Amino acid sequence: MIPIAAIEKAAYDLTAKASIEIPPDFKGGIKKMLANEPEHLSQFVLQAMIENWEAAEQDRRPMCADTGLPRFYVKSGNNAQIEGGFVALEAALRKATAAATHDIPLRPNRVHPLSRKDYDNNVGQHAPEIQYAFEPEGDWIDLITVHKGGLFGTDYRMLFPGDGIDGLKRFFLDVMVQFGRRGLFCQPAIVGVGVGGNKDTCMRLGKEACSLRIVGERNPDPEIATLEQELKELGNSIGMGPMGYVGNSMVVDCNIEVGFTHTGGMPVSIHTFCLSSRRATARIHTDGRIEYRHDPGWFTPYYRREGVQ
Amino acid sequence: MSDNKLKTVHINSPVSDDEVAALEQGDIVFISGTVYTAREGVYKRVLETGHQLPIDLPAISNINFHCSPAASKNDDGTFNVGAVTATASFRFGKWMPDWFEMSKAKLIIGKGGMSEDSYKDMFLPVGAKYLTTVGYGTGALLGRGIKRTVDALWLEELGLAQAMWIFEVENFGPFIVDTGTDGSSLFEKSNAHVNSRLKTLYKDLKPPTLSRYGETTSRDDEVI
Repeated sequence: MIPIAAIEKAAYDLTAKASIEIPPDFKGGIKKMLANEPEHLSQFVLQAMIENWEAAEQDRRPMCADTGLPRFYVKSGNNAQIEGGFVALEAALRKATAAATHDIPLRPNRVHPLSRKDYDNNVGQHAPEIQYAFEPEGDWIDLITVHKGGLFGTDYRMLFPGDGIDGLKRFFLDVMVQFGRRGLFCQPAIVGVGVGGNKDTCMRLGKEACSLRIVGERNPDPEIATLEQELKELGNSIGMGPMGYVGNSMVVDCNIEVGFTHTGGMPVSIHTFCLSSRRATARIHTDGRIEYRHDPGWFTPYYRREGVQ
Repeated sequence: MSDNKLKTVHINSPVSDDEVAALEQGDIVFISGTVYTAREGVYKRVLETGHQLPIDLPAISNINFHCSPAASKNDDGTFNVGAVTATASFRFGKWMPDWFEMSKAKLIIGKGGMSEDSYKDMFLPVGAKYLTTVGYGTGALLGRGIKRTVDALWLEELGLAQAMWIFEVENFGPFIVDTGTDGSSLFEKSNAHVNSRLKTLYKDLKPPTLSRYGETTSRDDEVI
């Protein structure tokens, strides 16, 4: 039985880690981009970001004041049992979010969409979102938090089989150019592309592709892996860099996830995970042990339903 | 910062007209003194619903930061300000002329700049310039630059995120000067460079089967 106190502690600590510590894969990707960036102003911006991440870790303060919308991904081993059940887990995640918002502090970003009422704790209706997935083995819980911004850099479009890969590339460019100007999506970013599924599945896959895979990790399908590389290069060939200034640093990595879709359509969603890519992961064991790690490990063969009948 | 090709300028707030005039497009700026935040909540309250500011703003600071900090209130009534970053400024254009008149602001700091038209029509006539934050989100560096929260106005009415924060800052930055003396914008100059390449980039990619209604069909346009 996994103690509920361990889940609440992990959720609280992950919230702090995500907001303060830039994941090493992302930082490594930006350092590589800086080495290849020819423009002085774009170099200055990337260098300032690296110094900012160091300041955040030294001072234990959030790397960006728009601390995004805290949310959780929960992956449960098939044999996991939680003290108090999943309803207790949800209460613990809400409690940890409110407490961490005050203590770190995070910006209380969550408001009612119409009245704009803010409880100043990032908790409310459907907030934080909690999404579940399962693995066939294991009695642990993986807890991942992602605090993505959300105002710019996302789009969805129903393309058709006749539009093909070129259609996808065109839509990808549209999003990069449209939201890259003035750096609205705070690039260089990890770009996630969801292809297929229903509309909601398409959005979910694209969002998870940008926020739950690490920089440098390729999709196991070789054709998709090639397309990931092509889109990354395409994004970096626009002539645009950080803040929309002249440069070539736009896409740290491009991650694509696919789902089976309607025979007549090819829905595509595009998402960007910004210069403050906030994600943190922990595994919680039955004895209450919490193991923190960098790789969310969300996209397993089972999660992609590879070879599953 | 290591890049010696960019000029770095340190200024004190309130900033003088001469100091603003001397700022060149592309300069890197650090600020010491007092700055305040104002975004849609404050503009609406002051300029639309006619609430008087409870302070003599022009005497305190002439630097307006489009920002809301990641902050919380301690039990003893003081504030814990962690990180500070700007929000996208294009949304506030409609309030700027009245705000300049009321506040006598000379520097606007925000995310992403405003249009060359706004610089020419609203900024240059009052001798103001726009500074953009870097990144975006050097939130920790900017948070470090805040030495003291002088006041947080209308917390109850507007909430933490929309309240008007008054900060005492030291070496607060970096920011980049976007407004040129001719009213040009570094962002728009960068746009022009990208636009010159778009035709080639899209050359072999045919339009989608199903088109969309929209406000612009030209990729040379900005969507803000």
